[in-house]
Amino acid sequence: MGTIYILWQRQIKRYLRSKARILGSLGQPILFLLALGFGFGPTFAKAGGGDYLSFLAPGIIAMSIIFTATFSGMEVIWDRQFGFLKETLVAPVSRVKIMLGRTLGGATVAVFQGLIVLLIAMLAGAQVGNWFMIPVAILFMFLIALLFTAVGTAIASVLEDMQGFQLIVNFFIMPLFFLSGALFPLDALPGIITLIVRLNPLSYGVDGIRGALTGTSAIGMPTDFVVLILVTGFFLWVGSYLFSKIQM
Amino acid sequence: MPSEIIKVKNLSKSFGKLCAVNDITFSVKKGEVFAFLGPNGAGKSTTIKMLTTLLNPTKGEITLNGFSPITNPNEVRKSFGIIFQDPSVDEELTAYENMEIHGVLYNVEKKLMKERIEQLLKIVELWDRKDDFVKKFSGGMKRRLEIARGLLHHPKILFLDEPTIGLDPQTRNHIWDYIKDLNKKEGITIFFTTHYMDEADRVANRIAVIDHGKIVADGTSKQLKAKTKTKTLEDAFIKLTGYTIREEEGTGSTLMRMIHTRQRR
Repeated sequence: MGTIYILWQRQIKRYLRSKARILGSLGQPILFLLALGFGFGPTFAKAGGGDYLSFLAPGIIAMSIIFTATFSGMEVIWDRQFGFLKETLVAPVSRVKIMLGRTLGGATVAVFQGLIVLLIAMLAGAQVGNWFMIPVAILFMFLIALLFTAVGTAIASVLEDMQGFQLIVNFFIMPLFFLSGALFPLDALPGIITLIVRLNPLSYGVDGIRGALTGTSAIGMPTDFVVLILVTGFFLWVGSYLFSKIQM
Repeated sequence: MPSEIIKVKNLSKSFGKLCAVNDITFSVKKGEVFAFLGPNGAGKSTTIKMLTTLLNPTKGEITLNGFSPITNPNEVRKSFGIIFQDPSVDEELTAYENMEIHGVLYNVEKKLMKERIEQLLKIVELWDRKDDFVKKFSGGMKRRLEIARGLLHHPKILFLDEPTIGLDPQTRNHIWDYIKDLNKKEGITIFFTTHYMDEADRVANRIAVIDHGKIVADGTSKQLKAKTKTKTLEDAFIKLTGYTIREEEGTGSTLMRMIHTRQRR
């Protein structure tokens, strides 16, 4: 338990101490939220979709979470380059615990980042349907945060340096985000897009958060929950397996 | 006769075509202070990485405190501590936080941990800077912190990969006194590498010299001097390993040259 806690705490400390990183990673979500939210709002309302900003907010929260989470997972690469990874890898504790501590820390940081975006969205005018459902929204946020930190850790365990990072952002995170229903409703989509959206685990996270915050979910929150638990569990396993096989 | 705590048999490690460690066999007795010497790129760090579960060997057997790093890494990790050659502290944390994480990872009891952190940070003269971020430290200060951290828990075997590099003689002496004391009082086996021959001469019970991935000599300082008919360990070392300067990590062509000269031998 001590191992997991101290490494969780390390991630939190590192996050809270880098104010530039907190502010920097808020820039993109805020831009998306305000530009798209106010830009498409009138069209969305005319089409009978209701308040676009409230619809969009969960998607942008998910976006800020997956970016922060994947990046947190990939911090393994920094730690490899700066040497701290060695210190943890020779320690007499199981590498699974080390991975879990780091991943929980990264996920917590990502959820925190998502909550800031939620707050900003509410200040901009997004509506929350039922305040008592906020803990459920946080649960979904935490699940996608865990999932993507684990994926980031898995990727970082097999990459040697940060060179491939841009590749991951453009060919992995961005497509997952755009094809998750973060920006558009899931009903009445062309068949192929529906299929892709359904295969994308992030769709279930976005739908879960949206269900909790706005009261309308396209897939159904119990399904969202079960799918996310299974996928997250699987990637935690993959991540800790690859992490435990790291050689220096 | 005391038992052997480290046993290495026919150990090899290749990276592609380059054979960094080539069929070495040696052992270290319990409670011994063992120096592992060699020029840059001789295979010292690669050997230490294999002994400490960070790298899997290509061939050969290792037993550390009765366990194999390959099949039983967790037990092996419980048996040793290491001070790395290159930096391994977290620069975004304070000196104290770095010590604390180490203490928790190595399961040092809380009260003992606090006492030792204070004692060790005082030895390396960092106690008054304990709450400063490590990124503000100079190179020497970071090195001192690494050493203090490595000594926080008391393992059965302590690996020190060029521990005193870049430190002034005063600090080096303080640190070696502490390590020798650990060796005497707690019977901790010390396995270290260094380029300071006087250091090896003074502290080591036994010395092995590695060159081009092979062990070229093994014995007490006296024996090595007698064998090479030299007066100092430094002369013995140079006689054993030759006068040429080594490339630690070369380009393709230097690697080719190294492979070429090795094949000619």
